[in-house]
Amino acid sequence: MDYCPHTPDDIKQMQAAIGVAGIDELFADIPKKFRLKQIPDIPSALSEQETVSVMSDLARKNKLPQLTLTGAGAYHHFIPAVVGHIVGRAEFYTAYTPYQAEISQGILQAIYEYQTMIAHLTGTEIANASMYDGASAMIEAAVLCAKMSGKTKIIVARSVHPEYRQVLQTYCWANGYTVVELAYMPSGQIDLNALQNELDDQVAAVLVQSPNFFGVIEDIAPVVDDVHKKGALLVAGFTDGTSLGILQPAGAAGADFVVGEGQSFGNPLNYGGPYLGIFAAREKFMRRIPGRLVGATKDKKGRRGFVLTLQTREQHIRREKATSNICSNEALCALAASVYLAALGKNLRKLAELNIYKTQYLKNKLLQLAGWQEVFPAPVYNEIVLRCPDSKKVNEKLKNEGIIGGYELQKDYPELENSLLFCATEMVSKTGIDRVVEIIK
Amino acid sequence: MELIFEISKPGRSAADISESDVPVFNIEDAIGKKYLRNDLDLPEVAEIDLIRHFTNLSRRNFGIDLGFYPLGSCTMKYNPKVNENIAAMPGFTGLHPYVDVESAQGNLQLIYEMQKYLCGIFGMAEFTLQPAAGAHGELTGIMMIKKYFEKKGRKRRVILIPDAAHGTNPASGALCGFDTVELRSNSEGGVDIEHLQSLMTEDVAALMLTNPNTLGLFERNIEKVAQIIHDKGGLLYGDGANANAFMGKTRPGDLGFDVIQLNLHKTFSTPHGGGGPGSGPVGVGKALIDFLPVPRIFKTGDKYSWSEKFPDTIGRVRSFYGNFNVIVKAYAYIRSLGAEGLKRATEMAVLNANYIKEKLKPYYDLSYNRGCMHECVFSGKRQVAENGVHTTDIAKMLIDYGYHPPTIYFPLIVPEAIMIEPTETESKETLDTFCEAMIAIAREAKENPDGVKNAPLTTPVTRLDEVLAARKPDVCWKKT
Repeated sequence: MDYCPHTPDDIKQMQAAIGVAGIDELFADIPKKFRLKQIPDIPSALSEQETVSVMSDLARKNKLPQLTLTGAGAYHHFIPAVVGHIVGRAEFYTAYTPYQAEISQGILQAIYEYQTMIAHLTGTEIANASMYDGASAMIEAAVLCAKMSGKTKIIVARSVHPEYRQVLQTYCWANGYTVVELAYMPSGQIDLNALQNELDDQVAAVLVQSPNFFGVIEDIAPVVDDVHKKGALLVAGFTDGTSLGILQPAGAAGADFVVGEGQSFGNPLNYGGPYLGIFAAREKFMRRIPGRLVGATKDKKGRRGFVLTLQTREQHIRREKATSNICSNEALCALAASVYLAALGKNLRKLAELNIYKTQYLKNKLLQLAGWQEVFPAPVYNEIVLRCPDSKKVNEKLKNEGIIGGYELQKDYPELENSLLFCATEMVSKTGIDRVVEIIK
Repeated sequence: MELIFEISKPGRSAADISESDVPVFNIEDAIGKKYLRNDLDLPEVAEIDLIRHFTNLSRRNFGIDLGFYPLGSCTMKYNPKVNENIAAMPGFTGLHPYVDVESAQGNLQLIYEMQKYLCGIFGMAEFTLQPAAGAHGELTGIMMIKKYFEKKGRKRRVILIPDAAHGTNPASGALCGFDTVELRSNSEGGVDIEHLQSLMTEDVAALMLTNPNTLGLFERNIEKVAQIIHDKGGLLYGDGANANAFMGKTRPGDLGFDVIQLNLHKTFSTPHGGGGPGSGPVGVGKALIDFLPVPRIFKTGDKYSWSEKFPDTIGRVRSFYGNFNVIVKAYAYIRSLGAEGLKRATEMAVLNANYIKEKLKPYYDLSYNRGCMHECVFSGKRQVAENGVHTTDIAKMLIDYGYHPPTIYFPLIVPEAIMIEPTETESKETLDTFCEAMIAIAREAKENPDGVKNAPLTTPVTRLDEVLAARKPDVCWKKT
């Protein structure tokens, strides 16, 4: 199936109109020696039915778990039916970036509503239309801090998602910035004394996450104070977005940028993507932030309408002077987030509470097992680190029963031997948890 | 239309939450009051009102499924429905990225084979699917070039970029610490070879070339260009945004490109989603394989796995493995079309663009009068000079005729540019009626220029005040 509607007669007529005798004449500019006869390594065309069959076979090769106890940056949440029905509307998903505002009011208004909800949730004044993922949101904020200040040192807490720190290393190497990692305390929160020692006048930004990668909630206010005193900016991330339903957002504590993964809001796990990077900031950075931004304005008749605005920030116009090369956002994922948040409304808090209850139940049950300990005493949201006698054996046992166990922390944190990062969202039932404990026993 | 906040009423909700089946407790005591928020000012709407709100918003949006969308450089081809169904299969949507590889063999096989297919189509040695968008792929490609010279111990400072290039090209170069130097186009819209020769030194890391370029013209001197770059030890970077012009007809790897980034959401028909998600795979020749981002996928016997053990890698550019679910759709597209279908897609795309070019040539000025590839670029300068009607006006009037306008005012080197990319999925009838509309607008520009300047009249809002939006930015709604 090739989706080209032309009949042989259409092609003949069109060739005649152009004045060529055959299709190959249209490719005359390609030097002869480089013309390809046949693409190698591609199987023959399939009918629609065959395509579905081939793809179903591939999908079936994956083993869907009965229960997922891993979060670690991607979270299994229930998605209300309304989300799929709205993002499945072709008016939205078959559109391009809203360059022509008059026929793109739908997505523009939806993004404006998204920006508003995100600014509120994060305790800031503004949010952009989204970035690629949580990592890109955090790294773009860090790079912006460096570009704005002319300083080249970035401090990142070791309790920030390991993959985010890896992406940070890549971008900082490319830009010639230095990255310093900040230790965590036995409580699981960042070490303020270590922060004081590292903060000097070359620091552009300090990057933390709350809840952090260990699930631990950070006390952001004193961090903000220390960072600002030294003339640096605070970029505060979060792990599971649903935590914003109940936790004090970092923006309310004074963070300059609040960034994080928005997948939890109505987007499936999708083996890691597409997700959306939430990027929110203080109002004073509005003219500097990367990514797209939708603004409200008026039409000639005075009616409210929406446009992509402040595009002089963007690479289209500033080219080599731009502070970011980001063009597209994750508009459809942001739309899903918008519908999700609007559907839940104040129930987002109830959902967050449920996540807390489930996680505490999981913790209490597992701690009844011989040799299990809680690693960090600080308060957590829906993830918790537990040390057990043999973490590999635990995950192996669970896997054999179709359950994804905890995330093994040792590969990123050698000091955290036999420590598993567990996550219990609303998708994990009491029965499920009880079964997990039985299996591990 | 009202905002979702304006239809909000306390006490309503469109999603309920299950009662807890585990013991509940006082969260304030457990976590600490200082960590909790007091406010949660999200909209409160009933399900029916939520659905009507977003459905009505969708009616104020234009997608390919509603009509012709000849947005140049964006390759707005039809997005086959079957690929949406496939991508929604629970086997593809349901896996956590940290699931053990044994449970994800279907996904890994798909990623592995997709990389292999792209290598075959573009003549590259290896691909990474990690970048989330075209611009992200560009940055990844430039990072690899930087690493390549670092590894050789020869720091190079400059990236050459043609004046017709996408704006992301200079931005990507600058973000990796390179100085970008502009390369002129010649009178045929191609690379000015003499200028290239004068700029090419051993301080130049790479030339970022889009071929065909943003004028829709194939670089006839590509062999010479590649030779000039390579003779001085430089690398040739290919912006694959225009891959729909040559897929199946020639291969960047054969033309001398060392790195190329693609846009699966353009060439491989995955929907653009109103501005994403996209996917921006990067292909490299043998010289750059070691620098690819990690993790990379491997096949041993029948088993697929991830590996991070590559000392020279640039590192990671995104969390997890990229926009996987977008890749699923592109993979299904390649399997549906097969080698012949992909080639035919290119042929029909180029046929359609040349057809439009010929039909509109008498009415609008062509920027360069030669055979185009998958898109053609006109200039509206005649309409400006004769009638004071600008390209914006023409674009807005096309909306009233039921079309999404072409890309306008790009490339920057063409005054009043109108960049039309019809793609292969449009019928002759669609092209004919579109051309009739363009011709009618050219006539109206002469007879009733004010009418054209007032367009569009059929949309929920007329032209919007962009100056006001930028001068007094209102990017978040506030309760009044």
